[in-house]
Amino acid sequence: MTPPAEGAGGYRPSPLELRRRVDRARRSRRSTLTALVSTVVFAAVLYVAVTSAPGWPRVQAAFLDPSVATASLPSILRGMWLNLRVLAVAAVLTVALALVVAVVRTLRGPVWLPLRLLATGYVDLFRGIPLIVLLYLIGFGVPALRFTDGRISSVALGTAAIVLTYSAYVSEVFRAGIETVHPSQRLGARSLGLSYAQSMRLVVLPQAVRRVMPPLLNDFVAMQKDVGLISLLGAVDAVRAAQIAQLDGFNFTPYVVVALLFVLLSVPTARLADWVSIRATRREQAGAVL
Amino acid sequence: MNDLAPPQGPTRGRDVVLDVRGLVKHYDDTPVLHGIDLTVGDHEVVALIGSSGSGKSTLLRCAALLEPVTDGQVLLDGVDITDPGVDADAVRSQFGVVFQAYNLFPHMTVRQNITLAPRVVHGVPAAEADARAEELLRRVGLLDKADSYPDRLSGGQQQRAAIARAVAVEPRVLLLDEVTSALDPELVGEVLALVRELAHGGATILMATHEMGFARRVADHVCFLDGGRLVEEGPPAQVLGEPTVARTQQFLRRVIDAGRL
Repeated sequence: MTPPAEGAGGYRPSPLELRRRVDRARRSRRSTLTALVSTVVFAAVLYVAVTSAPGWPRVQAAFLDPSVATASLPSILRGMWLNLRVLAVAAVLTVALALVVAVVRTLRGPVWLPLRLLATGYVDLFRGIPLIVLLYLIGFGVPALRFTDGRISSVALGTAAIVLTYSAYVSEVFRAGIETVHPSQRLGARSLGLSYAQSMRLVVLPQAVRRVMPPLLNDFVAMQKDVGLISLLGAVDAVRAAQIAQLDGFNFTPYVVVALLFVLLSVPTARLADWVSIRATRREQAGAVL
Repeated sequence: MNDLAPPQGPTRGRDVVLDVRGLVKHYDDTPVLHGIDLTVGDHEVVALIGSSGSGKSTLLRCAALLEPVTDGQVLLDGVDITDPGVDADAVRSQFGVVFQAYNLFPHMTVRQNITLAPRVVHGVPAAEADARAEELLRRVGLLDKADSYPDRLSGGQQQRAAIARAVAVEPRVLLLDEVTSALDPELVGEVLALVRELAHGGATILMATHEMGFARRVADHVCFLDGGRLVEEGPPAQVLGEPTVARTQQFLRRVIDAGRL
């Protein structure tokens, strides 16, 4: 719902409206200026405070050494490539597993009770275990079971732990979405002769997923960072590469480099999440401003 | 398309399509229907009237197997569809249901709404379903809205699209649940005109309605429900013109006082 274009239907703003517009523009200029000035002042104060701290020269040398940064960058980028691949696989597997768990938890009727209990138990368990603990349990526990003679890669084990934890969270997001779809939609689908599975797949889930896109992207941002935890199992990802580089010269700059890289990675998703959520709000409010 | 078993058991006559026998419905411990007997013949239009909460919507939902019945039977073309052994999805695909509040799928265009069930449930090829949808949309006067999403349509247009969607599966019976109650007065007319056209075209219709004038002109048979019981039924002129039961008289007096007849 866009407001009618100016001049639509021969409309000319009245002098009263023109005065109001001038006034509004003036106020908006003043607010922008205030915000700009206060931001600059705040940044300057922060900068002066930090750089005048007694330990600043040492911190600068230990954390912000440009030569160390350039030296460590190639190995950290190589590690980052591993993080990205793990992220892609983990995200896809998480969405699939979470959808299944969410749908199972919404099934009604005594026939599905065992499955439903299993799904509920899974969510309760894996939402409760801290990710780091689960990484250790899977990373060291599963190889000890000796299913295979060969070594199971720590990357695969780490990915499994991330998928298990995140699916438990994301399935709850999906379930919330499924429950916001009005029962009349399901009724409409069933009245046309669609089976339960068909109405779920074709009518309920598309609407549910669309509605939970913003929280889903939020979880994706969280996952982007948490893939760095696979370094705990010894996988040489970006975090581990930074650690190795740090031990090399006892300079912490590689950690700053890896931190910046993770921020760079999360910013596009964060902006996408904002955009999706704004679009959803606009759609639902249909023109309302407040 | 018809997965139902061949007719079995007694029927009341060959031209009876929908046969409701002693239908009882309780929601938890709240009784809503106390044993309804009702038949709808082939090409017949039956109107259910009565105040809100009299059980009209529940009756329609039970008939279309959208709610489990507590007791009694519903027969479609002589087949007991309340039998646990029947394929409920196949039975539902024999009904076309239009609800009070449209129930179009908001994530699909009007065309996709209409072609969904023919394609997915009845296995009609996409091109054929598409052609049929366009023909239906032309009939309901919405051909130019085929690729619009429901939220871009007015209430009356949405309801006409919902009727087109229900008719697209070529249902044995069309169930209309107060299809004009959510519309403003100006839009009621266009929807009623469409229902009248379907009735003249030979559709078998069971409809719950508050539009007494419409029921009088279009229905072949009118049933007055009160408190979950079928209190009076007969030709519209009789039930709406010279009701014999005191409760019906009282109801119609109120309707007339409200200017709805």
